[in-house]
Amino acid sequence: MTRSEWPLYEVFVRSKRGLNHVHVGSLHAPDDALALRHARDVYTRRSEGVSIWVVRSDAITASSPDEKDPLFAPSGDKVYRHPTFYDIPDDVPHM
Amino acid sequence: MTAVEADLAAGFAATIAAGDRIEPRDWMPEGYRRTVVRQVAQHAHSEIIGMQPEGAWITRAPSLRRKAILLAKVQDEAGHGLYLYSACETLGVSRQDLTEQLISGAQKYSSIFNYPTLSYADVGTIGWLVDGAAICNQVPLCRTSYGPYGRAMIRICKEESFHQRQGFELLATMMRGTDEQRAMVQESVDRFWRPALMMFGPPDADSPNTQQSMEWGIKRHTNDELRARFIEMTAPQAAALGVTLPGNDLDWDEFWRVVKGGGPCATERIAHRKQAHDDGAWVREAATAFAAREPREPQEPRGAAR
Ligand SMILES: [Fe+2]
Ligand SMILES: [Fe+2]
Repeated sequence: MTRSEWPLYEVFVRSKRGLNHVHVGSLHAPDDALALRHARDVYTRRSEGVSIWVVRSDAITASSPDEKDPLFAPSGDKVYRHPTFYDIPDDVPHM
Repeated sequence: MTAVEADLAAGFAATIAAGDRIEPRDWMPEGYRRTVVRQVAQHAHSEIIGMQPEGAWITRAPSLRRKAILLAKVQDEAGHGLYLYSACETLGVSRQDLTEQLISGAQKYSSIFNYPTLSYADVGTIGWLVDGAAICNQVPLCRTSYGPYGRAMIRICKEESFHQRQGFELLATMMRGTDEQRAMVQESVDRFWRPALMMFGPPDADSPNTQQSMEWGIKRHTNDELRARFIEMTAPQAAALGVTLPGNDLDWDEFWRVVKGGGPCATERIAHRKQAHDDGAWVREAATAFAAREPREPQEPRGAAR
């Protein structure tokens, strides 16, 4: 008997046309085709999805979990990217 | 504690204080990680072992309708176990370790599943009372502080409502039947009521971990609060069914005996789980060998994920 487990896959489901795929959880499977099959059984028993993506967890590159990650710092001081930065008179319509 | 650790601990405390969620790669105190692993593992094991008492009746369902319902319910419980195992694994525990700790008895599962199911009425009573108690416990856990656990609970709660309603409907159908059927329902409720109340865990005074778990936002209510809420919610349902609920006096010595593996079916439940796992070994090995085959057959292009 082998100690090694089947690899872990992350599962993403599009709940209906027009929406993005959303991460719903993970599962173990020996290969991509079975990961898709298992994802159907585990995450869409009540027609929760019209499309499924599975991707091996070790293929994902993630940013650091810290909210103060310098990766996000450049957008922190650019208030002028938000519509509320601009004063528009109340009587100017449709803006 | 170094300055860096103090900073991390302060960040963790601030996240909890703000009612925000802790996510897998965040720093967390070792005690928090241990507590979440223990609670989520125990919860996952309960879903998996919980398939057995009801699963035993699938082949003896009284009609095709009841059989399809029971099959779907038991399949859901397998799904619940898998959502929770995957939440637990985000904390660096392996699925294999979890399975082994269930089988060795190192990790526990809910004591309710160590009671036998003696008649088909028990399928109804379990849906109504056992899933009902589980819902009462689980709804507040949708807001638990550990993100993956809360998200698993949200999926589970959406599915539990069907479990409770099919149980109630089954019992209501029997209550409209013969005197003998009504007696079967009452006898079943008599057996399951107190064990269902014990699902909320020991009284607050004997639950040393509750305080810390609530400070960490893992638990949102004490055992006794949830138990009282469940009794209150169930009383009008019992009246509508026409059954009498036995008293709420609980034998805690029995509770501890069953938790420690002394329930009528404890040995059988673990032996069954172990056998199912052992019997599946060749499937896992064959699928692993198939995935590793060399040379790989050319795969049909599956298309980029878009
Ligand atoms: Fe469940
Ligand atoms: Fe359930």
